Amino acid sequence: MSDLRYLFFIGCTIPYRVTNYEVSARKTFAKLGIELVEMSDFNCCGLPVDPASHEMMMVLAARNLCLAEQQGLDIITLCTGCAGTLRKVNRALKEEKELRNRVNEYLSKVGMEFKGTIEAKHFIHVLKEDVGFDRIKDSIRKPLAGLKVAEHCGCHLLRPTKIFGWDDPENPEVLKGLIELTGAECLDYMDEPECCGYTIIAIDDKVALQLTREKLQHIKMAGAQAMVTVCPSCHLMFDMQQSRIERAFNEKFELPVLHFPQLLGLAMGLGPDELALGDLRVSPSKILEALKIV
Amino acid sequence: MADKPEMPKMNAETLKLDPSFKYEVMKEHDGETLKVCFQCGSCTSSCPTARFSTSYRPRTILRMAQLGLRRKVLESQTLWLCTACFTCTDRCPQNVEVANVLRVLRNLAVKKGQIPGIFTELASNIYATGYVYKIPEMRLRKRAELGLPPLPKANLDGVDKLIELAGGRKLLKSAEVR
Ligand code: SF4
Ligand code: SF4
Repeated sequence: MSDLRYLFFIGCTIPYRVTNYEVSARKTFAKLGIELVEMSDFNCCGLPVDPASHEMMMVLAARNLCLAEQQGLDIITLCTGCAGTLRKVNRALKEEKELRNRVNEYLSKVGMEFKGTIEAKHFIHVLKEDVGFDRIKDSIRKPLAGLKVAEHCGCHLLRPTKIFGWDDPENPEVLKGLIELTGAECLDYMDEPECCGYTIIAIDDKVALQLTREKLQHIKMAGAQAMVTVCPSCHLMFDMQQSRIERAFNEKFELPVLHFPQLLGLAMGLGPDELALGDLRVSPSKILEALKIV
Repeated sequence: MADKPEMPKMNAETLKLDPSFKYEVMKEHDGETLKVCFQCGSCTSSCPTARFSTSYRPRTILRMAQLGLRRKVLESQTLWLCTACFTCTDRCPQNVEVANVLRVLRNLAVKKGQIPGIFTELASNIYATGYVYKIPEMRLRKRAELGLPPLPKANLDGVDKLIELAGGRKLLKSAEVR
């Protein structure tokens, strides 16, 4: 049994429309010796309904945490929203007795109890803290030398600092460090930690898309050839919505947006098909040519 | 592309101050810190939404809540423009849980029946399937083609019971309630 064994919380958005992220994550994790245990039951992490009902978010998150406790495994996710929510609720339930009692009262009605025995982690936490940079470095076969990218880490892994505190939200470094292991250069850009806008796109798409657009502008200005994300929702904004933004603002970006496991996979020597690069809306062909991969 | 703020009509009723309102906010989970906001504006100047919205200003919303402008706060559509990025919370010099206080206000708006349709939709999806989106059969077949393991089915007895216990029933489309 591997020491890198986690319960894989896939969430809703990835199976709904970002399967290329899952494909590339599974391939690269296997190469790093990360063992993913499939969940036989789970539900939405709860985050999408938090604005309307914090209580509902809390029970949904707590149920997932209980399922992981029953398996005795820490949770790994690919989504910053799921990771942030499960981490936050896990911590609140561990620390706030009154809250735990109330939530456990609900859980007892469905035969569950929150005990506080596991952790929930986003995979970049796992890569940094559990796998370690050395092991990742050893897995690199084709360093992506000469490639310039920009990172977008996502709010839910950074703030509030009081809860996360594992990266500097004004100058995030963890994802940057991981990107640099692939041999690519990770550029700084203006307002780097700013939000992608996803959470309000259904409320006011104009405001949301302006947030996304501004990030794309700053990244282009910095001279990046591609962008790297670690969240399906952020990715939808930058990749899926990119052509809509180009039309709405009469502006061209043509900026490929890779899920970090896709970038890592290329550096491991995996092929574009194995990493489902063909599913990206903005074609990465230019960077693949520059890297002499196709 | 300026967005139109949809403020509730200003009449004597909307502008009535209700001093008990702040206590209602403060007794909710993470709502306590409303009382220590001293109106410096760091939250608004840090807020990504405020940069592009002509009406969304977290500092103003907090002040209105402190003063007890209950209806003006709860009926305002702009309340829903927060992305929950928590930049305001990180930068508040008074350690106000800004983003959480704003979430408490949205939750209270829901209790008063002000629910943007999207949340009814999302909550109903979770109640019906366990997931926030109704994932089409086609996607599930594509998973198999890609060699991905099948998506598990959530145990809905447990999920739905918990949603009801947490008071989530009012968020659901009536058709979904069994
Ligand atoms: S930053 Fe804090 S103290 Fe300043 S206005 Fe906002 S909530 Fe109030
Ligand atoms: S959490 Fe909401 S109010 Fe605070 S900075 Fe982000 S969008 Fe603005």
